[in-house]
Amino acid sequence: MKEDTNFWQRLRRITIKDMMSWTVIPVLMIIVSVLVYNRLLLTIEPGSMEANMLGSYEIGFKRVGDAITEHLRLILVSTSLAIAVAVPAGILITRQGFRDFSGLILGVANVGQSVPSIAILAVFMGILGIGFKTAVFALWLYALLPIVRNTAIGIEEVDPNVIEAATGMGMTSRQILLQIELPLSFPVMFAGMRTAAVINVGTAALGAFIGAGGLGTFIIAGIPLMRDSLILVGAILTAIMAILVDFILGKIQDRLVVPTASA
Amino acid sequence: MIKFENVTKIYPGMSSPAVDNLSFTVPTGEICTIVGPSGCGKTTAMKLVNRLIDATDGAIHVLDERDEMSNVLEMDPIQLRRSIGYIIQQIGLFPHRTILENIGTVPQLLDWDEARIRHRAEELVTMMNMPVDFLERYPHELSGGQRQRIGVARGMATDPPVMLMDEPFGAIDPINRNILQNEFLRLQQEIKKTILFVTHDIDEAIKMGDKICILNVGGLLEQYDSPANILAYPANEFVEDFVGADRALKRLNLVRVEEVMNSRPPLLQATQDVKQAVGFMTEKKIRFAYVVDAAQTLKGYVRVKDLKGKTGWVEEYLEPAATSIQLTTNLKDALSEMLVVDYANVCVVDGQNRVRGLIDTKMIHESVIESNAVAEGEEV
Repeated sequence: MKEDTNFWQRLRRITIKDMMSWTVIPVLMIIVSVLVYNRLLLTIEPGSMEANMLGSYEIGFKRVGDAITEHLRLILVSTSLAIAVAVPAGILITRQGFRDFSGLILGVANVGQSVPSIAILAVFMGILGIGFKTAVFALWLYALLPIVRNTAIGIEEVDPNVIEAATGMGMTSRQILLQIELPLSFPVMFAGMRTAAVINVGTAALGAFIGAGGLGTFIIAGIPLMRDSLILVGAILTAIMAILVDFILGKIQDRLVVPTASA
Repeated sequence: MIKFENVTKIYPGMSSPAVDNLSFTVPTGEICTIVGPSGCGKTTAMKLVNRLIDATDGAIHVLDERDEMSNVLEMDPIQLRRSIGYIIQQIGLFPHRTILENIGTVPQLLDWDEARIRHRAEELVTMMNMPVDFLERYPHELSGGQRQRIGVARGMATDPPVMLMDEPFGAIDPINRNILQNEFLRLQQEIKKTILFVTHDIDEAIKMGDKICILNVGGLLEQYDSPANILAYPANEFVEDFVGADRALKRLNLVRVEEVMNSRPPLLQATQDVKQAVGFMTEKKIRFAYVVDAAQTLKGYVRVKDLKGKTGWVEEYLEPAATSIQLTTNLKDALSEMLVVDYANVCVVDGQNRVRGLIDTKMIHESVIESNAVAEGEEV
């Protein structure tokens, strides 16, 4: 009897919390995708301008698929490069002797964040030319701040008693960083990477302005041609991608929570 | 052995020292408690030993594993810290590591192999009266008292001869603190470490210390002596104030029940005849008596008024004893136990629950009067 109650209680907990959180977003996204396909793509006439833009009706809108790949590639490359630079920078500004530079480094990252993305693209187009490289650079600059900031905050938030115990037991500062500080701050660091990646999904849509491809291509093609279907395909797919990236990384983040000693 | 020689610490930019010309020696195998008001530099003094803080002046010598005295200021701080056990108030267990990994911290730094680390961890956890399967758990799955025990185990992992403990039982509720203190004192009987133990609580200092080092604000040493001497002969007004007006009462902490108890109490056998028992109690002029079996194990007690005019065996009229006290309990705990159960006298038993004596409030009272007389320099 008691077993049964437990079983039902457990089941209800799963139904309400876990199942909702795992299924609602993906199901919604599938519904939206089906609607887009039926309402927008299927109503486009074969051989029309839209059909050509989207990769022709006959071969299954190949360009939509290409644009999604390009978009993901922009995000993947720029966010990875940002992690490669921002994590060491974030660590550096928590080290003794470099703390004075934390204002400077965070300031640079802040500038990258506060200048409008379209302006960054315009400025660096002049320097780096058009195409993939420039877009990656702008996105990289954008992704720096959240990662630097969260890396530094994550490390600073590690319980000072844990650090003191580690020091007192004879760990070197390198061992403390690798074995204590980084593992304990990783969830916060990861939250910064998630923010950066999600911001970049939206910003990458502007990459099309400088010929970097991606889902923005349909939007900027649709505006002068006044073809709503093109604009909507680009906009809705970008939104779906942003929501899914956030959702998937969020699920990973939930798994990373470090058990706290004060529980 | 830990030896402080004219040790001074002045923090950069401060005009007055945090530790001022401190000299004292902790003999090998003893616990020295450092106690004083906040700002007295007690934690600073302790951290000078493993060089979490470096002394400005003076020398600190520690007896190392090769039985040689070495000046810590000439040692590599990393190697030094790995050779000294370190236990802090907030425990500082690594939350992302299992208990096994936590206990194995220093052994792992010293490149012990896995089997040896596990063997040592199992040994320590057992020593701390905890099940071996705790090793696979994480710190947040343990209670505060259990985490503190693991903190102590981690400090002892490599069996270091010298240990530093910074208010190790400070963050625990009073009941568990008392249990942990007693456990640790029992353990110390076996392991005989040389320990510097920082606390702000004079009662803890008296209870835990073989020696007490009383510091005043500015790191000034006011008195360094055994607890009994500090309570009996406070060196000055500061120490007198610090140990408190109830210092005579505090001496109860230092005396164990077995030292003052009546070791030949009137006892009845469970199999004795009731009439014979009444005769015995009348002769001894007692209204009740504790009852034991053939192996001297405590069974309970009987009252003379319940037995009068009855027949049969004593065990038929037994009432269970509400409490009994261990031989090694101090008088303060014994008195408080007696007040709790409202008994004027209580059986003293050994580890096997065999009756070894009897203690009453009058004996405790006499012990206080005696120690007062000693402290006042009067003749007993």
